[in-house]
Formats: sequence, structure tokens, C-alpha cells
Amino acid sequence: MPFYRLLAPVLAAMLPCVSLAQQDTQKEIERYRQLLQESNPAELYEARGEELWKTRRGPKSASLESCDLGLGPGVVKGAYVQLPRYFADTDRVQDAESRLVTCMVTLQGFTPEEAKRNPFSGTGVPMVTTDPFSGVGRRSVMTDIVAWVASESRGMKIAPRMSHPKEREAYQAGERLFFYRAGPHDFACVSCHSGEAKRIRLQTLPDLVHSAKDAQRAFGTWPGYRVSEGELRSMQWRLWECFRQQRFPELEFASDASIALTMFLAKRAEGGSFDAPSLKR
Amino acid sequence: MQLKIVLAFALGGLSVVGCAIRPSDSEVEGATARMLQTSFKPRGQATVDRLNQDEVQAVCSLYKGEPPEAAREKIEKAQQTTIRYPSSGSLLGDWRQGERIAQSGVGKQFTDDPGRPAGGGCYNCHQLAPRELSFGTIGPSLYQFGKLRGSSEAIQKYAYGKIYNSEAFSACSNMPRFGRNGVLTEEQITHLVALLLDPDSPVNK
Amino acid sequence: MADPMRIRANMAGDKVEVRVLMSHEMETGQRKEPSGAVVPAHFIQNVTVTHAGKTVLSAQWGTSISKNPFMHFRFKGGKPGEKVTISWVDNKGERRTDEVVIGGG
Repeated sequence: MPFYRLLAPVLAAMLPCVSLAQQDTQKEIERYRQLLQESNPAELYEARGEELWKTRRGPKSASLESCDLGLGPGVVKGAYVQLPRYFADTDRVQDAESRLVTCMVTLQGFTPEEAKRNPFSGTGVPMVTTDPFSGVGRRSVMTDIVAWVASESRGMKIAPRMSHPKEREAYQAGERLFFYRAGPHDFACVSCHSGEAKRIRLQTLPDLVHSAKDAQRAFGTWPGYRVSEGELRSMQWRLWECFRQQRFPELEFASDASIALTMFLAKRAEGGSFDAPSLKR
Repeated sequence: MQLKIVLAFALGGLSVVGCAIRPSDSEVEGATARMLQTSFKPRGQATVDRLNQDEVQAVCSLYKGEPPEAAREKIEKAQQTTIRYPSSGSLLGDWRQGERIAQSGVGKQFTDDPGRPAGGGCYNCHQLAPRELSFGTIGPSLYQFGKLRGSSEAIQKYAYGKIYNSEAFSACSNMPRFGRNGVLTEEQITHLVALLLDPDSPVNK
Repeated sequence: MADPMRIRANMAGDKVEVRVLMSHEMETGQRKEPSGAVVPAHFIQNVTVTHAGKTVLSAQWGTSISKNPFMHFRFKGGKPGEKVTISWVDNKGERRTDEVVIGGG
């Protein structure tokens, strides 16, 4: 048989190699994710969070057990999935983390600065960068509590309120912020979070503009334990980290912009299953 | 007659209630501006003036990335004038340095050292050298970019210009204006042009 | 005092299936603080699992085990209602012991 007759099928087999490699990459990412599902270190944070909720802390030496997260004082089950929402006592729309700040201030007597200090566990920033304000292996009371509060909504449907004018305003402001391009890289949230099957390097990106399913999966899995960082990360952290990578100045923890964006994302994820705290790469 | 009055009141009442429920455009704009003012703080090299939008950013935000034809043309024309070519005249640098710049995703973040040269982060969005499997898909694959187009002066100029200011070619492109915004130097861009066009570059193998 | 381990033990056929999540930094000693100072090594060195006075698993760990280690194993001879005890000791001499009651199948 002439040599080239042997070569042809070999060459033909090699042609789809580039795209096959792509499919294999995706499969391997999924397989890695499956292997991780066995046990979630988020449980450790949830256990501490439940403890902290019941612990007397602060100048008033009070627990958070009468904190109102929207379903009445002390009601935690199902609270996370109906946030963000309007609260009459503060006359503003609030997400879970800003509401915890409110409770730490009003019930426990902390100042807002004290309540917002050290909101992220570990260094906040993934290990390769430097963070002058934190230390390795540092615990965060806020992260522990929000992990537990979120776990009390596990399996429920995402259903943020949208009846109060301020809730609508927050949603629309959040939408504008989502499309707001700025900074030396001209980035907005939309720069990465629009379009089917997009990814940064090997990290798949949810299409938050066109796909309700992607939005549901995204919103439904934060907070999440990031295996690569060895830390539990909340929604507030996710936004903070996005803006850092967008080359924006620093997003303030529990700020109005963070709440408005969370409102926008929660609304887009409406009806989805809340599966957090989850396990992430 | 009475029914008409009742209806008029009812409708009037409804419209008043309707206004209260739905925030006006200007109210939302005001709220958004206030949020931007109060929700960000300066850190490291990331100052709050970064939140001030230039013409391109403002228009692209307004149209959510999809500007109408007239706006598109206006942006592309205006952005063309910002492109600065290296004084040496040569647009083709060293592809090996180009690969390093393409791999590096640091630069301009508040956690980055401002003294350290920024990278282009090209692999975040594009496929380039085939050996690198960890590439993004936000932008098109650039594999065999030079092989498919040749490396004439015209193509060099196009590639350089596109990296310098992508908006000059595609209004509201997702790609950062690396040159115009001072992220990469002219020299760095020439290395990226070489990565794309040099026949010896792994991109073209 | 370190965080408690989270342990689950159930019957799987004639064996006891144990899943344990430990809370530990498992610091390798290779990382650096933002200041440049090395973060000292702090990791679990020994793990012992006992049942009815007998050691059913013994492990010697090093720095390749990642943070918040999770272990999943099976052993023979246990029955529902009986206790399984897990202990660890780390390189600083800190230790933790927790126990669980074996559940049904």
C-alpha cells in the first residue's frame, strides 16, 4: 500500500484533535467538580456561624437571635432567598450581609466600622497577590454567619421581593451598574458576563444577560467554598473580587452599589434553586 | 355622568399610584450616580477618578454594548485619531517577549505593584499558541493569525492599531484599549504584533 | 482549641463507612505573608481512628494534604450504635479528638 494511503487516515484523525481537546477539557473540569462534591468544608463555616448567631457579643453583650432578616425577628429559615428587600426600619433595600451589619450595630452595639471590619476570611485576595491589611488564615465572623444564614435557605427557590419602589429602583440602578464601563480596561460586568459558553482561561462564565439558567446557577451557588483558596466566599466577596479584576477602585463592603447589583442578579436568578453554600474550584 | 367622574378619579388615582411605584429614569440615574460616589474607595493605584467615564465608556454603557450605526461610526472615527505608533517605525518586536506579555494578567489592579510592567492578559480571552490549553473564549481564536493573513505592513499596522485601541475598529468592543489607556507601552504592543505575525511565532506553527 | 471534626459513620453492607471533615489550616511552611515573612508550617502529622479499643486506621500526613482535609474510608467489625473515635495531632503538638455513633445502613 502506498505510504500516503496510510498517512491519510492518520491525518484525518488528527484534524479534529484541536476541538476534541476542547471537549476533553470541559469533561475534565466537570469530572474534577464531581470529585469535589464528596464533602464541603463550608460545613465548618456554617457550624461556626450558627454558634456565633447565638453568642452574646459586642458592647451590649447580645446575640443575633432577634435579628430580623425580613421574615421577622430571629427567623433565619428561608430568609436568604427573599433578599435583597426593602426594610422599613432602615428605610433602604438591604442584602443579607448589610442586614447582618444592621443587626450587629442595633442589637449588639458594634459601630458600623467594627461590624464591617474584616468581612472576608483569609486574606480576601487570592494568594498570589499582596494585601497589606490582612493576615493569612484569618477568620471572619461575618463570613461564618453569612455561611450559616445562607445554609438555612438551601434547596429553596430564589425569590427576591420587588413590590416596593425602592426595590425597583435598586434593581434598575443595579442594571445600570452592570453595564457601567470604566477604568483603564474599559470593563463592565457585561464585558465578561454576556454571550453563550464564554470563559476566562478555563473558568466558564455565566451569561447573566441572556440566560436565566446561567443566572440561577450563578446566584444559587454563592456563598461557596473555593477549594483553590481554601476559603468560603460570599456574594459580597464575589462582587468585591470582580471589581478588583475590572481595575475599578475598591468596592465597599455592604455598600449601596453592592446591594443594587445583588438585587439585579437575584431578580435575574428568580425561580432558581438555591444550592449554597456550594463547593467551587 | 357620575360613572364617568368615578372612572376619571379612579384612573387619575391609578396614574398617581403608578408614578409612585415606578421610579423615573432620572431618579434611577440619580440613584446610580449616588451609589458610584459612595460605594467605592481609592486603594493602591486604583483611584476613584477611574469611575469617571470618557465618551466611549459613556456611550457604550448607555447602549449596553450595542450602539446604533451613527454612534458606532462616530466612535470608531474618533478613536482612530488616538493611535500612536512607535517612533522607531518598526511595528514588529520580539515574539518571545510577546508570549510573556500575553500570558501575564497583572497590571492596574489595586493589588498590583504599579512599578511592575502590566501584561496584556491575552490568554484570558483568546486562544493563541496551540500548546497553551488554558485560554479563554471571550474573544475569537488568534491561532494562526499571521499564517492566515501574512505579515505585510498593512497587517502589522492593523494588528498594532487593534491592540492599541480596539474601539477604533469595533465600537464598544469588549477588548481594553491597551495603548490608548496606558496599560501597555508601544514597545510591548510591538512584541504582541510579533507574537501574532512572526512566522517563527508558535501562534503560526 | 481547634474546631470540631464533622464525622459521619454509617453501615455499608458489612462494613462501616466513615466520612470525616477536619478543620485545619494545613500550612505547608512555603507560603509568605504580604510582609515577606514565611508562614510557619502547621499541619496534621498523625491521624488515628479507633473502634472498640482497636486502631482501625492510622495515618501519617505531611504538607501535601490540603487545608480542611477530608477523609473517606471503610472498616470491618463495627455495628450501629457503637462509637468510632478519631484523633489528630499536628506538628505544633495541638490535638483534637471527636467521636461519632455508627448509624444504620
